[in-house]
Amino acid sequence: MGKGILIIAEQRGGTLRKISLELVSEGRRLADQSGQKVAAVVLGHQLGEEPKKLAAYGADTIYVADAPELKHYTPEAYTAVLSDLIKSQEPDIVIGGASQQGKELAAKLAARLETGLAMDCVGLRLEGDLLIAKRPIYAGKLFAEVMCETARPQMATGRPNVFAIQEPDASKAAEIVTVEVAIKPEDLRTTLVEELADQTGKVDLTEATCIVSGGRGMKEADNFVILEKLAGIIGATVGASRSAVDAGWRPQSDQVGQTGKVVNPNLYVACGISGAIQHLAGMGSSKVIVAVNKDPDAPIFQKADYGIVGDLFEVVPVLEEEFKKIM
Amino acid sequence: MNILICIKQIPDTETQIKIDSGGKGIQTADIKWVMNPYDEFGVEEALRIKEKNGGKVIVVGVGPQRVVESLRTSLAMGADEAIHVDDPAADGGDALATARVLAAAVKQVPFDLIFCGQRAVDDDNAQVGAALSELLQIPLLSVITKVEISDDKTKVKVTRPVEGATWVFETTLPALITTQKGLNEPRYASLPGIMKAKKKPLAAKKLGDLGLSADQVGAAGSKLTIKALTPPPERKAGKIIEAETPQEKGAILVKLLREEAKII
Repeated sequence: MGKGILIIAEQRGGTLRKISLELVSEGRRLADQSGQKVAAVVLGHQLGEEPKKLAAYGADTIYVADAPELKHYTPEAYTAVLSDLIKSQEPDIVIGGASQQGKELAAKLAARLETGLAMDCVGLRLEGDLLIAKRPIYAGKLFAEVMCETARPQMATGRPNVFAIQEPDASKAAEIVTVEVAIKPEDLRTTLVEELADQTGKVDLTEATCIVSGGRGMKEADNFVILEKLAGIIGATVGASRSAVDAGWRPQSDQVGQTGKVVNPNLYVACGISGAIQHLAGMGSSKVIVAVNKDPDAPIFQKADYGIVGDLFEVVPVLEEEFKKIM
Repeated sequence: MNILICIKQIPDTETQIKIDSGGKGIQTADIKWVMNPYDEFGVEEALRIKEKNGGKVIVVGVGPQRVVESLRTSLAMGADEAIHVDDPAADGGDALATARVLAAAVKQVPFDLIFCGQRAVDDDNAQVGAALSELLQIPLLSVITKVEISDDKTKVKVTRPVEGATWVFETTLPALITTQKGLNEPRYASLPGIMKAKKKPLAAKKLGDLGLSADQVGAAGSKLTIKALTPPPERKAGKIIEAETPQEKGAILVKLLREEAKII
């Protein structure tokens, strides 16, 4: 049996991010199948009691690396601390989040540890000691099952909003281990100049459980206000097709598709989006897809669970009213 | 300043990707190969930095003969030189194996800055840039939408959008930056540019020229292997909501989402 599973938890401003709870939960499931232990590691500064929360989701051990140099994430310093920990603890499996920070960190770590990393996984399972990781490629046009037979640790990052969070059990306790932090000057070359919080407070598309997206059928930037209103009622994030972004109606960060963000919400509402292959790839793994489009032959209807053929400018306000009644 | 860009060729994003008979690769017969869109942002940014600060722009590609076309495209956009690592043993590698090839190639030229695409939109790995930064032991700045070189050309300041925030980082040069959409609008190659590109240096290298052996790179040098490729789960044909008015259609949809799909 391997020497356990290590989850790289992620915090922002001292608060654990949701992906951390998802991955500790998944680590627990894998560990229970294989009789292993699950550890989690949290890096930051003045973290207080926050790391202990991971015990309720199944962590047996929680490593805490708390130092002023770790207050804000930088790739070099975080990689240095984690690679030291992994070399000393020798976990068999290391799993991080497929978040902006987590993907970069895992990629650096895998290279430093000279091991294989399965990026942005939507499924993890064990065959004996071997981790079989399922990941979308070509933005979801295909899925690949990958494995790392000849090196340890086996590494993966898990896509947000895929792995179910365990019901927290407050009675569970974990061993808390303080990590000695020794960072060399060359690992502090990169510094944070400033952090600008997104004032809109909207959930990022990659982590959203509900998305309302607009395409060429929106006709102009100002019309997105009707999607914003609908999104406000159902707690959704507004996305866009590439044509809406290229037309300048929405920022680049809103683009869903093969050359934008690949999303995985419970509900995806596509308004005035015809469904180009690149867009369908990027949102095809949504649990439920709704399409509103004037053109009954639009390819989006081939992917949609529910379709409304009609004018989105008539349909969307009705949806807003109907949702208001039940929310 | 010397600026390098690592490029990859990928199937045009219009392509319907099909699994080959072996089950671990894709059918390549009818594929139109193009430069990874994120790499184009790197070429454009390098050219803009050169236009402001002077220096040289060198583009590096690993892969079969077809990669020359994308290297020539970069030269036609304005890059000065190209390096093509064309060796079958270098193909089919995981991120680290591929980064080893790139590291050996870029070590042969002096550089201040390296650009890679934040990910290639074929295998969506988002790892090669990070692995290259590790092998070269230089700072890594990932998924960047703005690049500012300091006046004394010793530092770079970048803007990085993350979930719910934007981070501004500063680091020392040399460094490696991975590019995100929004960084710039890549130029098209002009006709004179295309003509000039034909005469620009394009060096073909074998692994031996880079001091690498076949067992360090490609599939032989890889840790991560593909067990199987599968098509995405089929989505069953949806339900078109039939009713007279938009009001009725909307009401039926919301009822279905609540009672049948149970997601609201």
